[in-house]
Amino acid sequence: MPTDSHFNRQAIRESSPIPVTINGQTIMVQPNDSVAAAILLSGIEMNRRTPISGKKRAPYCMMGVCFDCLVQINGKENIQACMTKVEANMDIRTQNGARLIHHDLNPS
Amino acid sequence: MKANDMKQKNYDLIIIGAGPAGMSAAITAASKGLSVAILDEQASPGGQIYRGIKDAPLSDSKILGKDYYVGRTLLQPFEASQVNYFSSSMVWSIDEKNQIAFSCNGKSQLLSAKKILIATGALERPVPFAGWTLPGVMTCGAAQILLKTTGITPKTPLVLAGSGPLMLLVAVQLMQAGIPISAILDTTRKGQLWQAFPYFPDALKNLPLLLKGTGLLWKLKKSNIRIIKQVNELTALEGDTGQLAQVIATTKNTSIKIDCQTLLVHQGVVPNVQLSRALDLEHKWDHLQMCWKPVVNDFGESSRKDIFIAGDGRGIAGAIAAKWQGKLSALTIHQQINNIHDQDLKGEINEAKNALNKHQAIRPFLDKLYQPAQTFLTPPDNVIVCRCEEVSAGEIRRIAKQGCTGPNQAKAFCRAGMGPCQGRLCGLTVSNLIAQTLQVEEEQVGYYHIRMPIKPLTLDELADLSD
Amino acid sequence: MYISENQKSSDTCVIGGGIVGLAISLGLLRNGHNVTLLDENDNGLRASRGNFGLVWVQGKGDTLPQYATITRQSAKLWKPFADHLNAETGIDIQLEQKGGLYLCLSEDELQARQAMLTKIQQAAKNDYPFSTLDLAQVREFFPEAGPEVTGATWCPEDGHLNPLLYLRAMTELFLKHGGKLVHQGQVISLKQQDKDFTITTQNNTVFHCGKVILAAGLGNQRLAPMVGLNAPVQPNRGQVLVSERVRNFLHYPTGHVRQTGEGTVQIGDSKEDVGLNQGTTLETMALIASRARKMFPILKDLRLVRAWGALRVMTPDGYPIYQQSLSNPGAYLVTCHSGVTLGAFHQGPLADWIANNDFDPAWEVFNANRFTL
Repeated sequence: MPTDSHFNRQAIRESSPIPVTINGQTIMVQPNDSVAAAILLSGIEMNRRTPISGKKRAPYCMMGVCFDCLVQINGKENIQACMTKVEANMDIRTQNGARLIHHDLNPS
Repeated sequence: MKANDMKQKNYDLIIIGAGPAGMSAAITAASKGLSVAILDEQASPGGQIYRGIKDAPLSDSKILGKDYYVGRTLLQPFEASQVNYFSSSMVWSIDEKNQIAFSCNGKSQLLSAKKILIATGALERPVPFAGWTLPGVMTCGAAQILLKTTGITPKTPLVLAGSGPLMLLVAVQLMQAGIPISAILDTTRKGQLWQAFPYFPDALKNLPLLLKGTGLLWKLKKSNIRIIKQVNELTALEGDTGQLAQVIATTKNTSIKIDCQTLLVHQGVVPNVQLSRALDLEHKWDHLQMCWKPVVNDFGESSRKDIFIAGDGRGIAGAIAAKWQGKLSALTIHQQINNIHDQDLKGEINEAKNALNKHQAIRPFLDKLYQPAQTFLTPPDNVIVCRCEEVSAGEIRRIAKQGCTGPNQAKAFCRAGMGPCQGRLCGLTVSNLIAQTLQVEEEQVGYYHIRMPIKPLTLDELADLSD
Repeated sequence: MYISENQKSSDTCVIGGGIVGLAISLGLLRNGHNVTLLDENDNGLRASRGNFGLVWVQGKGDTLPQYATITRQSAKLWKPFADHLNAETGIDIQLEQKGGLYLCLSEDELQARQAMLTKIQQAAKNDYPFSTLDLAQVREFFPEAGPEVTGATWCPEDGHLNPLLYLRAMTELFLKHGGKLVHQGQVISLKQQDKDFTITTQNNTVFHCGKVILAAGLGNQRLAPMVGLNAPVQPNRGQVLVSERVRNFLHYPTGHVRQTGEGTVQIGDSKEDVGLNQGTTLETMALIASRARKMFPILKDLRLVRAWGALRVMTPDGYPIYQQSLSNPGAYLVTCHSGVTLGAFHQGPLADWIANNDFDPAWEVFNANRFTL
């Protein structure tokens, strides 16, 4: 299966890129992008693994309804990626299973 | 327009949702001198139909087309109005005293209003089929939101599957963006056009929209995209890494396997009833649209005094109808608060009513034509229906056979609807499955009891209200 | 007797398909009875679905020693009952009985609680295990306990389970053992002629039986007088907040906060929290959240996914009513607010009494006459 295809951006009117890191990798995004859009653009193909079966999930609705795009943002888990705008130097991480309540213990 | 100004706590009117219905109501109410606040969970106004209209990042406006940019004709008067607009503000509770609790930037606030207008719009009908939870499967609406707000287009090979005007529109928009579409899997049922035919004369009352629809069909036809008709079952297959790799489309005669990295699905839109349900407003089952609708009069007044509903949240009618519904509700609210005589607003009310009737006339035809295929309403046993708790259709059927008469007992027994989406993506399917298993009407089966908070919120956001 | 389409007959009818009615029904099936369970439809009030899930001993029966006795009796019967449900249905109801804590947020509260438990201990002739912990000792159980926690009381016999799985396991076992579950709407009339009871429901379905057990929660208030009984029960609103799933971190239940087997955290009030039910729902929810945050500050950014406002079934003194009708022998009243804690007792000794008429005279204190004498 070829995986060279990506989510791509069409020509846009104004561009003022800012950096965010996704799983430690820095990418440039636009200030109006949602975190969900940034992850799709990064080529990382999932936002989380479910707490039940451990299956991969990625954004489904992009409008705050499905809660499948939950990720860790700046250390806090289970944040809706599609409802959160990126900020410069935001630390975004994909999640694995149920969230941890102790932030300082976060391994990922 | 004021933005997120917390000085004033009490309003004549608070509107929830800044889509066409909400913006239009806000403009009208403010122009009549009412104090108005509008709360919306997105960062900028427009709702889903005009999502991102303020920034509209795409250089090439031909991609999305004229109907999208029409949203600016609402945005401009909205921004010029005296409305207090709260962006990124998520309403999570409305109590019996019309006190509204909402959360913004991790902080909860309270506002109260004499009248409340719910304009929370629609969401895409859940489309459960085997593999719909795989990364790579998204709704057509999701792809469109991505395009509107960021200019991003999905990765290819790309397949669209489903039925309804939005799928056709998204196909054309992606085509206009130069994205190759491998196939469109049309799930519209055989003979549906004939079944919808009795509604056709009324549809002619909204000729421009009808022509737009046929225009979309023509563009797709001309494009030579492979269109497979009368698909009655979908299966998305997983690749080595747990992503979508292929889709199988089954028709009466054959089964076709197509490679794809993105599968965009759609089976129409349904009212977002989360708030109206949580308020315990009266709802009824709409047999044509196959969904629940809150019961309202012509002016959007619900079964609870002082609570109004406008836009797709009270039954799918589209953006233009939503605009007129919002205006009509705002005029009625103005009339009630300021004791205005009917005669003084007659002209405006009649104008709105007539426009509304014209725009709504096409709905029964579209609703019948694009009724979802049975397999998406009551999917096979192996299909997950509750994405959050990963509960299958078979489990719901089994519970129903064990004497579970409704979705609330089902929820208690198998956790369907208990996850963070609070039943938004399984509510309709669970009720449909129980109705099918017990061979009764949806009306008799009922729906989940939705309770506040209607969106997950942190303990801090709740506890802060007691300090 | 001729039985037409809508005329049904069985040895025993139990009215109410919640956790109380189901537990009694299972006990009656075990005694060889033929049981029909009359349940309401999906919109019934259903305190069972709003249960917090504690199997709770500490503090129960401070003014009625016999209540402490049956509570502890039930707690001891729970393990075999849960194992039985699991063996028969494959459903693990997540029973855990390794002790529980009641956290206090002021010195006064802690002292009052200690005094109350000491009183129960004395009534039980010292056979009542509990201890009082200071904050440092609480933190041995919960390193996450907040600085505003003054201490806690600990009882090794406390525990918890998943009340929804319990409800489901009992329903499955009931059907498996031949019980008949019917949903024909509310019971509108209940009459006795000779020894035979006739029950008519909203849907005009008629049931005949030799024994009838009223286990309809708040509905008992209306039903009891039909067979010469009195059930002065009142609704008491209890609020419970439920969170998203979190990896396991709370290893013991507390009176207000517990983590379920699924990982969700439940936060609730307890019937001891006088005054909490006065405000609006919103104010009450905010208060519950605020108190939980004081107990466990780490919960501050935990996301709440659901809230319930279930109605507890409360008698004036908070204790159960277990009673057979004098004027209509064969009609029994069973009502309580601790359907989970007392579940094993209901399924065991209490159902045996109804099946075999071996009433333990010590249960006489649960007669509703106490409210009128």
